[in-house]
Amino acid sequence: MELHDHGLADLRRLLQKKEISAVELTTHFLQRIRSVDPQLRSFITLNGENALVQAHRADRQRADGSTQALLGLPIAHKDIFSTRGLRTTCGSRMLENYIPPFDATVVERLEQAGTVLLGKLNMDEFAMGSSNETSHYGAVRNPWDTRMVPGGSSGGSAAAVAARLVPAATGTDTGGSIRQPAAFCGITGLKPTYGRVSRYGMIAFASSLDQAGPMARSAEDCALLMDAMAGHDPRDSTSHPQAAGQFSAALDRPVRGLRIGVAEEFFADGLDPQIAEQVRAAIAQLESLGARIVPVHLPHNAVAVSAYYVLAPAEASSNLARFDGVRYGHRSQHADNLQELYQQSRFEGFGAEVRRRILIGSYVLSAGYYDAYYLKAQKVRSLIREDFRRAFAEVDLIVGPTTPTPAFALDAKTEDPVSMYLADIYTIAVNLAGIPALNLPCGFTREGLPIGMQLMGNYFADELLLAVGHAYQQATSWHLQRPDLAEVQG
Amino acid sequence: MSFTTDTVKRTASLARLALPEADLAHVAQQLEGILVLIEKLSAVPTEGVEIMAHPLELQQPLREDRADGRDLAGRDIYLKNAPVSADGLFLVPKVIE
Repeated sequence: MELHDHGLADLRRLLQKKEISAVELTTHFLQRIRSVDPQLRSFITLNGENALVQAHRADRQRADGSTQALLGLPIAHKDIFSTRGLRTTCGSRMLENYIPPFDATVVERLEQAGTVLLGKLNMDEFAMGSSNETSHYGAVRNPWDTRMVPGGSSGGSAAAVAARLVPAATGTDTGGSIRQPAAFCGITGLKPTYGRVSRYGMIAFASSLDQAGPMARSAEDCALLMDAMAGHDPRDSTSHPQAAGQFSAALDRPVRGLRIGVAEEFFADGLDPQIAEQVRAAIAQLESLGARIVPVHLPHNAVAVSAYYVLAPAEASSNLARFDGVRYGHRSQHADNLQELYQQSRFEGFGAEVRRRILIGSYVLSAGYYDAYYLKAQKVRSLIREDFRRAFAEVDLIVGPTTPTPAFALDAKTEDPVSMYLADIYTIAVNLAGIPALNLPCGFTREGLPIGMQLMGNYFADELLLAVGHAYQQATSWHLQRPDLAEVQG
Repeated sequence: MSFTTDTVKRTASLARLALPEADLAHVAQQLEGILVLIEKLSAVPTEGVEIMAHPLELQQPLREDRADGRDLAGRDIYLKNAPVSADGLFLVPKVIE
């Protein structure tokens, strides 16, 4: 087993026992990124020199007796998190030269916990996409089969973790952007309860849905990251006063006696039969660990995608109004007056998918349509939340597939936005309700592509989700499988 | 079809987004497809349903209306990212002749 095959918790033990140093670890991962990533394009910006400075500091701190939880562990951030002094593009031409003057709270908290930052990870432009193909910096490839997409929008994070380029990464999830790429790349990813992880410094897409979370190789590793990431932040007005938690400490909670709901709506037409089979096998496994399986109903899941494509673009069109070519970001050289400066800078700076969402958002918010679309969608959002409330009165968790299909081929859906949107049919309702959900690897297709199952919990059940994920991973080895990197390199 | 090229033009103008004339028909067709997807909402009965303003029904916290230290970190830092600036100000094309 090579150094990069260890997960975060293992590497932490090796560092604590002083069997390796942070400098060795950082050097090893930087070297691996340089030799493997040209075929995956999971990184947009490397933090090479600075990472080594941080690693040296971590080793000194350990020698001085520091016991910071994540001291010397290398990670990478999705390029949506503002990093002081380090370019932050959000996958867009608009921010090609943007150097944030401050750190996102997530960046600050993980740095305070002792992590070393290897670089910034590729993503769909402004987190709008499910395949990573909307990135201005090139599409990321799936490490299990480089003809396939890694999913999105946190596709760079998922591909880098799956390819062992970094032991863990951050992601963000507005409609499935942590869970769907985690499923496509065979890693573990948590979308926390809305308000548990600060959004300060995370470039906004749809503020009522956006939530940052960990992406790693196991539930145990995700819990380690959550210990550091979660917590109340007065700089984010939607941060929850009780956001903090003891995620690692709660991992040993037994599965025995838990009531786990299965919604047949998640196994309807359009679900790949191989995924259905593997997820049902995983449910049987949870049952054999002592859970009781209970049928539940989520009747409004069928319209979740429709409500989402009103609300998310509406919020995005407002959030992205700040990009005007004046204060930061791309500025057109082809404008004679202020109006043209705005219009040209935005046309040149934004890619086709971002422009589409801004147009849809502006349309549904425009005079005469607001009630029919925006208010209607907010009401449907209430109904979706009610579905979950009713279900969680009967069960502790709900389980189902994370995605209707395994990873699809590059370019398969780029000309048909709606077919791309439907890739998130099982993940979107969770964001609309604000509840937490976890992707766990639970098998492979005959073609060798990863399959993910999704565990959904009630508000603040993040710890429970990770504990059940940990128990499942103690009993199975799907999360330990790794892509054949010799082939990737060839 | 609700999304004509005129609708696209009007919406793009509201969004301060230039779109080349040649792209309008294609964009209209794609937006129409999205509109068909979101129109499914009209079939959902929502009489008497309240809108959902916040997942956890929290009130928006308020703080004193005063700049904190972070906001005052210095305009030079913020101007560094400005495409064009001079004398501590953001520059835009001339608005008044």
